[in-house]
Amino acid sequence: MTDWIRETSARFVSLFRKQAMDADLEKDLATHVDLLTSDNQRRGMTPDEARRQALVSMGGLSAVKELHRDTRGLPWVDTLMQDVKYSFRTLRRDAGLTTFAIIIVGLGVGASSTVFNLFNALLLRPLPFSEPDRLTWISNARGEGMSARTIQSDYVLDMRAQAKSFSDVAAYYAFYGVGDSKMTGVGDPERLTGVPVTQNFFPLLGVQPRYGRNFNQQESQMRGPRAILLSHRFWERRFASDPQVVGRPVVLDGDPFTIIGVLPESFDFGSMFAPGRQIDIFMPLPLAPEINRQGNTSFAIGRLKAGVSLESARSELTVLGKNLTEQHRDRNNFVPAVVGLRDQVSGSFRSAMVVLSCAVAVLMLVVCANLSNLLLARAVSRQREMAVRAALGAGKARLIRQMLTESLVLSLAGSTVGLVLAIGGTRLLTRLDTVGIPLLLHARVDGTALAFVMLAAIFTGIVFGLTPALRTSGISVNSTLKESGRGTSEAKGHGLLRGGLVVSEIALACVLLVGAGLLIRSFLRVLEVNLGFRPESAVTMRVDPSPRYATVEQRNAYFDEMLRRAGEIPGVQAAALTDALPLGRNRTGAPRQRGRRTREGEFPLAFVRVVSDGYFKAMGIPIRSGRDFTQRDTPSAQGCHHHQRGGSPSASGLGRIPSAKS
Amino acid sequence: MPENKLELLQGTLDLMVLQTLSAMGPLHGYGVARRIEQISGDQVLLNQGTIYAALIRLQQRGWISAKWGTSENNRQARFYSITKRGLQKLAAETDYWRRLSDVMGRVLATAEESSK
Repeated sequence: MTDWIRETSARFVSLFRKQAMDADLEKDLATHVDLLTSDNQRRGMTPDEARRQALVSMGGLSAVKELHRDTRGLPWVDTLMQDVKYSFRTLRRDAGLTTFAIIIVGLGVGASSTVFNLFNALLLRPLPFSEPDRLTWISNARGEGMSARTIQSDYVLDMRAQAKSFSDVAAYYAFYGVGDSKMTGVGDPERLTGVPVTQNFFPLLGVQPRYGRNFNQQESQMRGPRAILLSHRFWERRFASDPQVVGRPVVLDGDPFTIIGVLPESFDFGSMFAPGRQIDIFMPLPLAPEINRQGNTSFAIGRLKAGVSLESARSELTVLGKNLTEQHRDRNNFVPAVVGLRDQVSGSFRSAMVVLSCAVAVLMLVVCANLSNLLLARAVSRQREMAVRAALGAGKARLIRQMLTESLVLSLAGSTVGLVLAIGGTRLLTRLDTVGIPLLLHARVDGTALAFVMLAAIFTGIVFGLTPALRTSGISVNSTLKESGRGTSEAKGHGLLRGGLVVSEIALACVLLVGAGLLIRSFLRVLEVNLGFRPESAVTMRVDPSPRYATVEQRNAYFDEMLRRAGEIPGVQAAALTDALPLGRNRTGAPRQRGRRTREGEFPLAFVRVVSDGYFKAMGIPIRSGRDFTQRDTPSAQGCHHHQRGGSPSASGLGRIPSAKS
Repeated sequence: MPENKLELLQGTLDLMVLQTLSAMGPLHGYGVARRIEQISGDQVLLNQGTIYAALIRLQQRGWISAKWGTSENNRQARFYSITKRGLQKLAAETDYWRRLSDVMGRVLATAEESSK
């Protein structure tokens, strides 16, 4: 084996030392012929005869050199280089076709490898955690919506203590709000999105803080020392990647917190658990009675013990959930649903990715058919050339190899263009950080992607090159050479083949077009859904009056002034306040009609929104009957007033906003 | 040229070269060729040019090494000598050939007997 490696590498090296090695051989051979000639002369030959005999017994000097070259080098590389050089020459002659082919292949390969990079990030590459196959996602299977799918925190404690399938169970608080934390004290104030996580959350995932440390026991208790961990992105953006940030104090919502660490770049909570969101900070989630009293709050992540299957964990938790629910009548029900973390993160995108990959595969087939056709057309004009080569002794295999080399050179050149496009495309994709696709930020051009491009290039090269190559090499030398003049008539079979290619090309393109058309139609339908309000040209902004405005009157005056000034900005048609945007948080209430007795359990359930006058105008919500609030609807207790209106059947303003309920 | 010279089997030339270098010490290409012809009593059909293919092959495998020197006729030539690894290879190959020719001899002997 080592001999083989040694020999191959020596042969490879010799490719680059051709001239030196030839010169050495030349000297050896000259000496050899000289010595042999003088020996022959000694045997009684004339000088001329002696030399002639010497050359004869050498077997001819050029043959010796040829044999030497073949023995020391890699003959197939030489042939390949010849073919490649020749391909470059002929392709340069056909500059138009070459450019066109390279662009087509480039577009095809660019599109398919961009999709592949997405596919790779979503479905192939392991999650950036330690032993990600053992990670599971535990939620509540009591219905749709976050409230029905989250778990009460005491159940998390119970699972940690009792579930034998898991080595550990961690949780994060699911009802964190985007921009809920106001950071002050360091430069400009800023709204941050923070997720509370249990103390064992990062250790369970196998995520080590890049700087600093994880939360400790005290910090993870109710009313413990206030500590936060920074996400890598936030740290880069806000703290200019300063490693000295650990230990620094910041003020969140008026309370002092200490930065205890920075998470690594590979950990992106948003792209795993909340696609489209950017999480800035993490704080400890105490599994305390106070949190438990809030009801369903958290999603849990469990790490399976080695060798435990997902199914057995699932059946164990099903039983455990049932027993616990029965034992604790005071808690909400718990119907555990266990899935692998990967399935939770990107499982729902599997079918979409498969459809996308198929579309790209069809696209590549169109590319191949297209190029195949082009090369076939070109092959017709090269029939004479091929016939001449065949007549000069080129074998069929040699001609096919020559043609395939040409198409491979084309497809490799095109793939280089494609690779550049794919790098750009993937980079664009990762910038789409408001799109709800998980793991998008992890899409990148890596070794696997390069291998994919190489394979795609070779595959397309062979696919589109093979038919023309077989066609050209199969021509009859005699008849082609006999036909005088250029542009010989096309053989009948040839025309059929090209026709077939065109037909399949159009058919494939139709499949793509129809598919894309249907998708766009569905998308437009989604856009046309009547939301009940008009989101176009509406902007929202979150406002929290500073604690300096202590009384309701002061705060109201602040809000009134703010609305007045906002309304005066040129271009603003209406400005209003609400405590909850449509499709945002849900908060149910049981409004009662004044003067009417409602029995227990008969309260009309409603989603209550507190809004200011002008809200319906600003949101573009039509009022079916009655009127909007006005400035005069502001007696002492605003909230009461709204409730009353919402619940009254005669002026059912709020009750008639069905979309807000969805 | 006599008609009944032996054609060299694949690989035999390499072994001959190794053995020659092992027995004679450093030799140039012509020296190797002449030595093989002498030893074989002019029985093999040796195309002397093929010696150089064998020499480069053995050199690339690391079994022989080459050094520039001056030949009898005062010209530059490479002198080849066997390496340590070449000696090991030679021992193994010699053993192989002995066994093979032994077996061949026996098989052919039985063939002669049965044809009698």
